[in-house]
Amino acid sequence: MNKIWAIFRKDLLIELRTKDSFNAMLFFGIVVLVIFNFAMESLRSSIHSAVPGVLWVAFAFSGTLGLNRMFAAEKENGCLQGLLMIPADRGVIYLGKTLAATVFMLIVEFIVFVFSLVFFNLTVWAEIPYLALIFFIGTLGFTAVGTLLSAIAVNTRMREVLLPLILFPVILPVLVNAVEATNIVLNTADYHALKLPLTVMTVFTIVFGTISYLLFEHVLED
Amino acid sequence: MSESSRSRMDAVLGVVLLLGMMLALYMAFIEAPREQTMGDLQRIFYFHVPAGITGITAFAINFVASLMFVIRKNRWWDNLALSAAEIGVMFLVMVLVTGPIWAKPAWFVWWTWSPRLTLSLVLCLLYVSYLLIRKYIEDPERKAMVSAVFGIIAFMDAPLVWFSIRWWRDIHPSLTSESGGLAPEMRPAFFTCMAVFQVLMIYLLRRRFYLESLSNELELIEREAGTAR
Repeated sequence: MNKIWAIFRKDLLIELRTKDSFNAMLFFGIVVLVIFNFAMESLRSSIHSAVPGVLWVAFAFSGTLGLNRMFAAEKENGCLQGLLMIPADRGVIYLGKTLAATVFMLIVEFIVFVFSLVFFNLTVWAEIPYLALIFFIGTLGFTAVGTLLSAIAVNTRMREVLLPLILFPVILPVLVNAVEATNIVLNTADYHALKLPLTVMTVFTIVFGTISYLLFEHVLED
Repeated sequence: MSESSRSRMDAVLGVVLLLGMMLALYMAFIEAPREQTMGDLQRIFYFHVPAGITGITAFAINFVASLMFVIRKNRWWDNLALSAAEIGVMFLVMVLVTGPIWAKPAWFVWWTWSPRLTLSLVLCLLYVSYLLIRKYIEDPERKAMVSAVFGIIAFMDAPLVWFSIRWWRDIHPSLTSESGGLAPEMRPAFFTCMAVFQVLMIYLLRRRFYLESLSNELELIEREAGTAR
């Protein structure tokens, strides 16, 4: 547990001092919102039904950017070799990295969401706890498999280019259910219907979190 | 298995396959009755459905082989996994091509996001990703291990995709629907095609596996020559 925390703290410190990926993630997330506003010009009148989809595309795109940086940064100056030498199970690295990625993504998501409230003229108060829960589970599912695939992608010839190509088909269940759940909260307010998408996302997170934890050591380059 | 018995087996399988394919064509186009409402259009079903089931069988083989590779770390399993993935993608592409050809006259659209169509497309994408990963890793040991991990993830993902989308409106015909499913007169043609597709998969799997083991051997020889130089 201490080791997980140490890795998490290391990533957090680097990020706090450089703000490299955080700035990029945030800016990209906002740019996606703006782009979608132009792309959906023709459905301006019914734009509210598109907001959940737009939000999660923004989250997924900016999240991919962050995941890419996470291991790309470790490749510089042989940091990954150092990380591999810590006297702990390799799964610990996975958990620490996943934790860090989740926290970064959630912060970015919060700010992007505030921007979307302005851009799409939304008002939310009572919905906030539900949205927080959906964002949390969705993000955890995303990073659970994203961290593993990021470690895979960064050690290939294509480096960062490969991650979105292999990540998006895999995280489709999270994306579909997160959009569905967000849509329920923002557009229907039928909170009983949330149970199913939240269950599928939770199952996804547990299944892929466990697989990734167990298999993580195999994908790291020695 | 010795080299000669392997090639003899392939030859026998090839002849069986050729005869089977001719029989399947006869059954599907001549023996099977003309469908009442769709007419001859329905005959594409004899190729569409078996290709789909065969593709999924190939992905299941990829999953088992990937799992075995992670446990045993034997290249034999990696060769099998790669062969199965490539062949599965090929069958799935067949499904995704024959589907719209049938759907345009039957549904008046090429494509609709109904659960089965979406799942087939996502499966195809997942295994194209699998092949992409393989393409971009040089070191054979690492390639085998990483793609085995991804093979396991891809196959585990399929049921979750299905549970996420099965609520979407489905207009796809089903073999097990309450409306009766497949007419008894059509069953011989269907099961013939089904069997022939499975034999085709096994044949292709054997050939592709053999090709891959040859390329492994070549790689080994090249490496030895490189170190000797």
